[in-house]
Amino acid sequence: MSEMNADEKIVVKNLKKRFGKLEVLKDINTVVTTGEVVVLLGPSGSGKSTFLRCLNRLEDITSGDVYIDGINVADKHTNLNEVRQKVGMVFQHFNLFPHKTVLDNITLAPIKVKKMPKEAAEKKAMELLKRVGLDSKAQVYPPQLSGGQKQRVAIARALAMEPDIMLFDEPTSALDPEMVGEVLEVMKELARGGMTMICVTHEIGFAREVASRVIFMDGGYIVEEGTPDEVILNPKEPRTIDFLNKVL
Amino acid sequence: MKDIFLNNWEMLFEALGYTLLLTFFSLVCAFIIGLIFGIMSVVKVRVLNIISTVYVDAIRGVPLIVLAYFTYFGIPMFIRSLGVSGFRLDALTAGTIALSLNAGAYMAEIFRAGIQSVDVGQMEAARSLGLTYGGAMRYIVLPQAIRTMIPSIINQFIISLKDTSILSVIGFPELTKAGNIIAAVNFDTFSVWGIVALMYMVVIVTLSRVAKMIERKVNVGNER
Repeated sequence: MSEMNADEKIVVKNLKKRFGKLEVLKDINTVVTTGEVVVLLGPSGSGKSTFLRCLNRLEDITSGDVYIDGINVADKHTNLNEVRQKVGMVFQHFNLFPHKTVLDNITLAPIKVKKMPKEAAEKKAMELLKRVGLDSKAQVYPPQLSGGQKQRVAIARALAMEPDIMLFDEPTSALDPEMVGEVLEVMKELARGGMTMICVTHEIGFAREVASRVIFMDGGYIVEEGTPDEVILNPKEPRTIDFLNKVL
Repeated sequence: MKDIFLNNWEMLFEALGYTLLLTFFSLVCAFIIGLIFGIMSVVKVRVLNIISTVYVDAIRGVPLIVLAYFTYFGIPMFIRSLGVSGFRLDALTAGTIALSLNAGAYMAEIFRAGIQSVDVGQMEAARSLGLTYGGAMRYIVLPQAIRTMIPSIINQFIISLKDTSILSVIGFPELTKAGNIIAAVNFDTFSVWGIVALMYMVVIVTLSRVAKMIERKVNVGNER
């Protein structure tokens, strides 16, 4: 651990995850450095989302290690609540809190977890809402927003904790096609700003344009990884070729 | 009927007051018991799940009248046998304990169902922001759960209010007990029990109307 390169934001070693008898992640090894934008591709059931959810331990880890900034989240003694403050997550189904206004959705964690004064948290939330183009919706309840707006609020909510890493779990899969663009736009801006990001997505165009690295997963393994040009344009593994033929 | 009411109204209303007091106090206790055991049934700690299941099964498996006898006669006797001579529970205390335990088991089930009705994504989103399990429960899951629980809670309130009549068997001075006493004096059972039934009904119907209004108010502006 002490020999770790300071640039290594996430280190995954021999990660395995089993749900009962079903082994979803078989042996995952990878390193993500600061500022990298990694896109995870793969057929459904390949373990992409499970892998992502192991990184902030929303899923318990069966064996192996996951280091976030040198802290092993697989370790039972690790204070996960501290690690999670640095790792923002955006979900496929937004998971906004429907009983709270947009503003309260964003300020809740800074106030309750970081003990930020309410005023400062609201000021920060308004800045974030402006950044995602929704400052006019601060007092609205989530059920009154469109899917694209919900997801942008969810991104703002995650950013309010000032994370170093952002995890995106199929952020555009539940959206109507005309709303995908507005969410991807926010994600691109975030990537350009130097955020370390890992995205599970089916948006190949986004991967080609923004990703610094593409990881193709299948059957619980990383089958192939490299730059978008290498993996998407010139895939070597038969399974990658087969998958890309189906989605492109 | 009119005479009987006019001659006994003070006693009847005092008894009704006890009935309401007992219901209200027991429901408050039951709410706390239900919250604790309801959460114990959903956390991922096996021992707590088992304790909660045993409590709910035990209470639901015993008729309230038996539970009332057990608390009023059985428990004090057991405590006396441990050497605390002269230990007694008065009917008010024993009645409140019995009804609280009884309603608490049903409330635990209402809480369990309410918590489980909230999408797991809510807990996950809260935890992903760094909130503790308790924080996520308190700020995110429970406020949404309680909203869906309101009709069931109202229902439990009505059931418990009617169940207080069972506690007349241990001498609790509530409305049914008052009816018993009055009927024993004047033998006009038709009038006495008619009046008692009407009093329960008026209170329950009024309370359920008020509760419905509260329910509607809570849900305004928050339709999903």
